[in-house]
Amino acid sequence: MLQGVTVAYGRRVAVQGVSGRFAPGSLTAVAGPNGAGKSTLMQAIAGVLPLSAGRIDRGGLLARQLGILPQAAGIDRSFPISVGDAVLLGAWARTGALRGADAAAARQVRDALAAVGLAGMEGRMVGALSAGQVQRVLFARLLVQDAPVVLLDEPFNAIDARTTADLLALVRRWHAEGRTVVAVLHDLDQVRAVFPDTLLLARGVVAWGPTAAVLTPVNLQQARDMAEAA
Amino acid sequence: MTTYDALVGPFVEFGFMRRALVACLALGAGSGPVGVLLLLRRMSLVGDAMSHAVLPGAAAGFLLGGLSLPWMGAGGMVAGLLVAMLSGLVSRTTALREDASFAGFYLTSLAAGVLMVSWRGSSIDLLHVLFGTILAIDDAALYLVAGIASLTLLVLAAVYRPLVAECFDPGFLRAVGGRGSLYHLLFLFLVVINLVAGFQALGTLMAVGLMMLPAAAARLWAVTLPGLAAVAAGIAAVSGYAGLVLSFHLGTASGPSIVLTASLCLGVSILLGRGGMLRRGR
Repeated sequence: MLQGVTVAYGRRVAVQGVSGRFAPGSLTAVAGPNGAGKSTLMQAIAGVLPLSAGRIDRGGLLARQLGILPQAAGIDRSFPISVGDAVLLGAWARTGALRGADAAAARQVRDALAAVGLAGMEGRMVGALSAGQVQRVLFARLLVQDAPVVLLDEPFNAIDARTTADLLALVRRWHAEGRTVVAVLHDLDQVRAVFPDTLLLARGVVAWGPTAAVLTPVNLQQARDMAEAA
Repeated sequence: MTTYDALVGPFVEFGFMRRALVACLALGAGSGPVGVLLLLRRMSLVGDAMSHAVLPGAAAGFLLGGLSLPWMGAGGMVAGLLVAMLSGLVSRTTALREDASFAGFYLTSLAAGVLMVSWRGSSIDLLHVLFGTILAIDDAALYLVAGIASLTLLVLAAVYRPLVAECFDPGFLRAVGGRGSLYHLLFLFLVVINLVAGFQALGTLMAVGLMMLPAAAARLWAVTLPGLAAVAAGIAAVSGYAGLVLSFHLGTASGPSIVLTASLCLGVSILLGRGGMLRRGR
């Protein structure tokens, strides 16, 4: 539940007065023009960015209990980390910073990699993977996190069609399991095909509800106008 | 002269050479892995700046206790940590980025340090502080260097996961409540104490040599992070040994000989390493 959520970088307001509710178990796309504050809102929900005003009620969950897929741009793909170790970071809630990983965590990593089509690749280095494979690794990390709420920030940017289809299937699975999934997306056809609900954002809320009612030409034009005016 | 005389003889014959070698090995064991992490965090030049930043503290230690590593080390540690924290504070609260504020602070520190040493000491003292005196290392200094290396390896082993997470995906670490800035500070602490260990051997101007050169060379050979750390420590050890042998036979200054040997290792790695010039296209 968001109440008047406002986030600013210094004097520049990126998200202004966003109020509304992601129903438990809902599958919602966050759409809007570039600079609409979509990623900022996701980071605010994840507790990474402080709010300038407003309130976020995470339904009794702590911010760190939400599963988050950050934008690919924030990840250092040249860092020498193995696929297995990258996925194991998903077990942070149990291992924390200092505890070792047990056999159950190792099994979870194996299963998660199999589920994203990277079975047996634990020992490969992330730097040797394609962009699509790296995204699969990050989805495997989300599987290990096993969070009731999953936040995806532009999960299918610069990813090949087959990987996108496979990962969308995972998103549908999370939805079917009753998890709340919120994803920032650019491809409106994808939003219409897969996401029952949409939040159309242009710093503030343009429309929020069933996708067909939100992604109308009038709303989309209004979002563009608001973004350009900002 | 036999090969044995040339390569082993100096260490059998002279206690000061044995001490210097042990100091180099300990220095490499701690500084190598720290250098690798500095490199991977794209902070190579920050390491250089920090090595200059410890100078006024070391100089204050020199004024109080003379050329003694514990005194100068304590002073250097305080100054280094202070500069690290002030630079972080300035970059977070002003328009200056962290590298610019580091540059500002380290130049100030360097000038202040040189002024302080030359105020009370001779030009020989100044040379010692700037370029090190590894051949004059005593028991107390050796214990300090070994202690710092041991502490570094233990801390790195303990906070390996958050350090890796902070480098690979800082956004994720923030989201899971991983307190990245705490580990960043802890890491800067390790950088400072390793520079303090290094400046007795190599002086404040080159203490970062055994940290960054072996790390850069290791990047061209190893693939995994533990592999990088091991190769960097190995190259630092070889550079220390070879530099000491060369300086003994050629009569050159020990610190620059060690650093130049590490540079040679980097040069060879740039040409022949797995990711080097001659093998990259294959």
